[in-house]
Amino acid sequence: MGAPMIGARVERKEDYRFLTGGGQYTDDVELPRQSYAAFVRSPHAHAVIKKIKADKARKSPGFIAVYTGEDFAAAKLGGLPCGWLITDVDGQPMKEPPHPCLAQGKVRYVGDHVAIVVAETQQQARDAAELVEVDYEVLPAVVDGRQALKPGAPQLHEIAPGNKCYTWAIGDKGVVDAAFAKAAHVTKLDFVNNRLIPNAMEPRVANGHYSRADDSYTLYVASQNPHVERLLMTAFVMGLPEHKVRVVAGDVGGGFGSKIYLYAEDVAVTWASKQIGRPVKWTSDRSEAFLSDAHGRDHHTIAEMAMDKDGKFLAMRVKTVANIGAYLSTFASCVPTILYATLLAGQYKTPVIHCEVTAVFTNTTPVDAYRGAGRPEATYVVERLVETAAREMKIDPAEIRRRNFITEFPYQTPVALLYDVGNYNATMDAAQKLADVAGFAARKKASEAKGKLRGMGYAAYIEACGIAPSAVAGSLGARAGLFEAGEVRVHPTGSVTVFTGSHSHGQGHETTFAQVVADRLGVPMENVDIVHGDTSKILFGMGTYGSRSIAVGGTAIMKALDKIIAKGRKIAAHLMEAAEADVEFKDGAYVVAGTDKKKLFGEVAFAAYVPHNYPHDKLEPGLNENAFYDPSNFTFPAGSYVCEVEVDPDTGAVKIEKFTAVDDFGKIINPMIVEGQVHGGLTQGIGQALTEGVHYDASGQLLTGSFMDYSIPRATDVPTYQVDTRETPCSHNPLGVKGCGEAGAIGAPAALMNAITDALGVKDMPMPATPQNVWNALKSKKAA
Amino acid sequence: MTIKVSLKVNGKPVSAEVEERTLLVSFIRETLRLTGTHVGCDTAQCGACTVSMNGKAVKSCSILAMQAEGADVTTIEGVAKADGALHPMQAAFKEHHGLQCGFCTPGMVMNAIDFAKSHPNPSEQEIREALEGNLCRCTGYHNIVKAIGAGARAMAGK
Repeated sequence: MGAPMIGARVERKEDYRFLTGGGQYTDDVELPRQSYAAFVRSPHAHAVIKKIKADKARKSPGFIAVYTGEDFAAAKLGGLPCGWLITDVDGQPMKEPPHPCLAQGKVRYVGDHVAIVVAETQQQARDAAELVEVDYEVLPAVVDGRQALKPGAPQLHEIAPGNKCYTWAIGDKGVVDAAFAKAAHVTKLDFVNNRLIPNAMEPRVANGHYSRADDSYTLYVASQNPHVERLLMTAFVMGLPEHKVRVVAGDVGGGFGSKIYLYAEDVAVTWASKQIGRPVKWTSDRSEAFLSDAHGRDHHTIAEMAMDKDGKFLAMRVKTVANIGAYLSTFASCVPTILYATLLAGQYKTPVIHCEVTAVFTNTTPVDAYRGAGRPEATYVVERLVETAAREMKIDPAEIRRRNFITEFPYQTPVALLYDVGNYNATMDAAQKLADVAGFAARKKASEAKGKLRGMGYAAYIEACGIAPSAVAGSLGARAGLFEAGEVRVHPTGSVTVFTGSHSHGQGHETTFAQVVADRLGVPMENVDIVHGDTSKILFGMGTYGSRSIAVGGTAIMKALDKIIAKGRKIAAHLMEAAEADVEFKDGAYVVAGTDKKKLFGEVAFAAYVPHNYPHDKLEPGLNENAFYDPSNFTFPAGSYVCEVEVDPDTGAVKIEKFTAVDDFGKIINPMIVEGQVHGGLTQGIGQALTEGVHYDASGQLLTGSFMDYSIPRATDVPTYQVDTRETPCSHNPLGVKGCGEAGAIGAPAALMNAITDALGVKDMPMPATPQNVWNALKSKKAA
Repeated sequence: MTIKVSLKVNGKPVSAEVEERTLLVSFIRETLRLTGTHVGCDTAQCGACTVSMNGKAVKSCSILAMQAEGADVTTIEGVAKADGALHPMQAAFKEHHGLQCGFCTPGMVMNAIDFAKSHPNPSEQEIREALEGNLCRCTGYHNIVKAIGAGARAMAGK
C-alpha cells in the first residue's frame, strides 16, 4: 500500500483522452443514417404566430421533414415541467403557464422555438430552416422584471395576471420591522444582480434515436443529469415508459447549471427521430446558445441591515424582484427563493431576517440556476451590506464581520438552515495574512503616487451544498428527491468499476472518486474506473449541480464500499477459517487479528466469483453492491475572500492586483482539483462583476448575443490567484466533505465590487464594472 | 457546388469532394471524423477549433477547406508521439491541471505549441496575452498559464 490517496494531488485519469482529442462529446457521436435538425426561432420577443409556410423549405436540397407546434399538439406532447412548486404568500400555488416545446400560437422571447426542420446535413437543415416563412403579429414586449409588474405592462400568460409567477416570503416581518425601529444605524442598498449567460464552452447538443426493432429511444445529450432528464421527458412530456428510453451524456464540455434542464430541443429530436425513422441530431451554435440556454441571476433587490451602535447586526430586510424570463425552466422557481433567501444569514448571527421575493415573467430567455444559483445573489446582498455598513459606521470591514461571526455550532439561522460546523475566524485570519492586508495602506499610497486609485474589499460567503434531505426539500416544494446512487462492481480479478449517479463535466470525478475507492479498498488507482452519464449503465442518478457530487454522490459510493468490505469480510473469514469478528480489513487485505493469516482483497474477489470454497449457505456469490444516500442536512462550505484592485480614473479601467481566497471545504480529496474549481469559480464571479452582463433592448432583442458583445473573462482580465484552505470536516457524511464547485462564483462578485467601491470612494455602482460604468460612477461622484 | 480538396493532415495525405462553403473545421470534424478539434462559437472568438497549418496556429473555423489546399495541417490527434507518449505541452497541461471539461483544451494546446516555438521561456504576462484568442470557462486560466510556461520550457529543453 502506497501513500494515502485522500488528500493527494493526483493527476487526472480523464486528461489523456482530452489532451489527445479522444474525448467523446455529444456532437462527436455520429450514428448510422444520421440526420440533422435546425430550429426555426422567433425573431420577435412577443408575437402571435399567424401562419407558418414551409413550401420553400420542403423543396430545399436534403430536406426530410418539418414539424411545428401544431404537430406537437396533435401528437399530444406535453409541455416542459417545472421541478419545484413554490407557494405564494396568498397560499396559492405559483402560476405555471404552459411551456410548450414548440410554440402554440404565440412566441414569448427572441429564440423561442417555432419549428424543427430535419435534413440530410447540418448545413442543409439550417438552409431549409431559413426558408420557413412565419407571419407574426408583433406584440409589445417587456424585458425588465420591475416594469413587467407595473399596471399596463404587456401580459405574457393568461394564467399569470400582472406577469406574476409568485410572491414568496420567509421570516417574521413584524419582528424584523420592530428591530429596525430600534436600530442605531441602518444601511440600505438598492441594486441589480445582473443577468448572465452561462456559456459552457461546449454548446448544447441532442441526438435522438428511435429504434423500431425494440420500440426504444436513445437520446445522446450534453446534460448534467441524464436520469432526471429521462424522468422528466418520459413521464411529463412524451408519455413514454421510462425503461424504453436511454439517455447518454458522455463527455460534457462544461455545464455551470445550463445543462441541468430538460430543453425543448431534447424532446423535439427524440420525437422527430421516431417520425422519420432515423436518428436526428441538433448541435447548437453559439448564437443559439446565447438565445436559448437558460440564463442566470437577474434580480433587483432593495436590502437593509439594522445595527446597534457597535455594529452588531440586529435585523435584515430584503425585497427582491426576480426576472425568470418567459417560461418556468426546470428549477427556475427554487433559485430565487429556497436557494437564495435561506442563505441571507451568511456567516453572521443576525437574529431576525425577512425576505420577500416576487418572481416575474418577461419576454426574455428563461432564467434558471447558474453556478451558485441564488447563493451568489444572497452573498452579494449580505456582503455588500456588511462592507457598506462598516464604511458608514467607520468600523474596519473585517472587524465588523468578526463581531458578528457565528462561533458556536450547530447554529440554527433565522432563515431555516442549520449550520453543522464552521470556523469563520480561521478563514478570515488566513485570508488577511495571505492577502497582506497589513501592507495595503502602503500599496494604496504607491498607487496614489501614480495617479491611480486602489481599493480593497472582502467577502465572507457561506454556501449550502447538496440540497437535502429529500423529505425537507419535498416539504419546501421539490418535486424530486435529492439523494444519490452509486454502485461498486468488483471484478473477479480484483479491479473495480464504480457507477455513479453524479455527472462529471469538468469536475474530475473519474479521478477524485477513484481516489476515494482506491483509498478505501487499498487497490491501485489504475485498477479503478468511474462510469457516469448513461442511464443504461447506472442504476439511478440525480446528477451534478449545487456542488453536490462528492458530498452526496461520493457518500453513496462510500456506502456501497462499506457493503463490499462487509461482504468481503465474511468471505475472508470463511477462507481463513476465522470468526468474522476477528477479521479486519486494512491496507487492501483481510487479516485475522493477532495472527499472520491474510487474504488480499483480490483473492477475496476471486473467491466470490470462483466460489469453489465458499460459504454458500450464508452468502451469494459475486461482489457487487449498490447504495442510495439521502443526506441528513446540507453541507456548508464557507470562506473569506480579499480582493485588491487598482483603478485608472482617466479610463475607468479596473485591474485586479490581488485576489485571495481561503475556503473551508471540509476534507479535501484532491487539492489540485479543488484549487482548479476555485480558480474557475472565481473567474466566473469576476466575470459577473467586471465584464459580463446581458442587455436586451426595449423590444426584447438580445444585444449581447455573441462573444463579441458578451464578454466572458479572457486570460488578461484575471490575475494569478492566491488560494488556500482551512478544514472543518462536515459532521454528517463519512468523508467529512462539503463541496467546492461554486464557492468562487459565490464570493467573488461581492469582494470585487467592495474593492472597486472602496477605490472609487462611492457607496455603490452597478455590475459589471466596465470602464464605462466606472468612469460614470466617478463622474457622478464629482458632480455630487 | 462541390470542389475537390487535397491536403496533408497529421502527416497523411487526404482528399475529398466537399461543398465550396465547407469550413476547414467542418472538413476536419465531419469529413475526416477527427473530432478532437472543437467548435465553441461562430464568431472566431473562442479558439477551440485551433489547428496547426503549415506550422502556424490558425482558427479552422475561419478558413475554408479549399483554402487549405496543399497545406500541411496538424490537429490535436497528431500531437502526441506515435507510441502514445504525450508531447511536452500536453504533459504540462496534465501535470499542472490546465484542463477541466477538456473542450477548449485541443485549441489551447495547439495555440500554446505555436506560441512556445517563439517563446522558449515566456513570462506570465506574455502567456496571458498569447491566450487572447482562446476562451476557457472552467479553469480561470490560472493553471493554463502555468502549464504553458512549463510546457514551453520543456519544449526548449530547459
